[in-house]
Amino acid sequence: MWRNARIALAVALTTTCAAAQDARKSGSAYMGPDTQAMQADDQANPGMLSALDGEALWNAPQGVTGKSCASCHGDATTSMKGVAARYPAFDAAHGAPVDLAGRINLCREANQQAPALSREGREAIGLATYIGLQSRGMPVAPPDDARLAPFRQKGQALYTQRMGQLNFSCAQCHDDNAGGHLGAAPIPQAHPTGYPLYRLEWQATGSLQRRFRNCMAGVRAEPFSYGSAEFIALELYLMDRAKGMAVETPAVRP
Amino acid sequence: MRALAVAFALLSGAAYGQALAPFQIEDGEIRASLTGQPGDPARGRAIVGERQKGLCLLCHKGPFPETPFQGDLAPTLNGVGARLSEGALRLRMVDGANVNPQTIMPAYYRVDGLTRVAPALRGKPLLNAQEIEDVVAYLLTLKDGDAPGRLK
Ligand code: HEC
Ligand code: HEC
Repeated sequence: MWRNARIALAVALTTTCAAAQDARKSGSAYMGPDTQAMQADDQANPGMLSALDGEALWNAPQGVTGKSCASCHGDATTSMKGVAARYPAFDAAHGAPVDLAGRINLCREANQQAPALSREGREAIGLATYIGLQSRGMPVAPPDDARLAPFRQKGQALYTQRMGQLNFSCAQCHDDNAGGHLGAAPIPQAHPTGYPLYRLEWQATGSLQRRFRNCMAGVRAEPFSYGSAEFIALELYLMDRAKGMAVETPAVRP
Repeated sequence: MRALAVAFALLSGAAYGQALAPFQIEDGEIRASLTGQPGDPARGRAIVGERQKGLCLLCHKGPFPETPFQGDLAPTLNGVGARLSEGALRLRMVDGANVNPQTIMPAYYRVDGLTRVAPALRGKPLLNAQEIEDVVAYLLTLKDGDAPGRLK
């Protein structure tokens, strides 16, 4: 009852905000000027090195077929424009949504006949970063596909579910307390617009799901696994929530 | 046979954690000490100030000049010992949801009704009974300070 009232209120607020002024802010808005400058300068942004890794792999023959991504998709700077902005997307063969990392692995297995890449490894992160870069500056544009709706709803339910020994939901931090400080850390609004991104704390470029796992570990919950239906549902919900915001891949975060 | 029973008891102890001490909530307070003993305020201060253990300063500010970055999601702890009675503080520590069902403050002495707790922590409260008493004893010493309120 209380939750329904809250959702209704949230919907009303969202509509009013969209009409009046967009209160949504990327995580980069909460960063210090040094980190913002590092993200803005391609020479200084370490995420660009991952994009270079990805570009090399895009053009490298792989697997039994000896085909590269470019053999089928040509020049990524044109063929991959806007792709990351509309993922996750529904995959009819699986009857479920796939995220970009999942799509890359489906292509590797089916079209290159090469083994799937480990999700957080340098190659998978490189390809996802290179593909994400082709959407940089474009608005997040979730597909208008009715088959995604139940998965998105599941993502929203997970987002508002309290979890872990500390018993927090994502929404309690990122909706109710965004802009506040958890110790030294400003709490951002949890927009997925910058991923894969270089995180100084990781000393590496990492995925949105790695970030999810950090937050879940933070509340002392058992994290969902990489590529799980739960994480894809959460990503679907967050991409919808960030609809129209600019893709920033590769972003930098503290 | 006996050895087996002992081993089994140890095993289930590990699996289910320590049982919580019983307590009674009356008029928004838990009046009796969970251990039957008074807590130690010096140990309590150490728990509150320690980031991995108490976590308190992630959300609250308090008289901890040695801790530079204190959170701002909750009322200050300054003066809390004058605002709340010992029993009200104890209830807050055990499970603040009894006062405010929507609270974000974790229940420090509760093990049920939680979802997907990390396997190593299942069945374990955030603090044990002695630690709760130590923190309550410390909070009671915080008699003066700023007015309460959200420091956003
Ligand atoms: C207790 C507070 C808390 C909870 C609960 C929490 N987060 Fe976070 N989250 C943070 C903080 C703080 C950051 C900023 C990064 C940092 O400094 O650790 C963050 C960062 C993020 C980001 C990165 C945003 C960016 O701009 O890069 C995403 C996405 C995110 N969280 C999603 C989630 C999801 C999904 C959940 C639930 C499964 C969740 N969070 C639960 C505190 C929380
Ligand atoms: C994740 C956030 C969070 C953490 C961690 C946390 N608290 Fe709280 N606490 C709150 C909030 C928010 C309130 C305000 C009342 C409410 O919402 O329930 C509160 C209220 C209190 C109160 C009552 C204050 C008053 O003026 O009424 C006390 C006492 C208290 N907390 C002590 C502690 C101690 C001690 C710890 C650590 C052992 C701790 N808290 C950890 C969020 C937190």
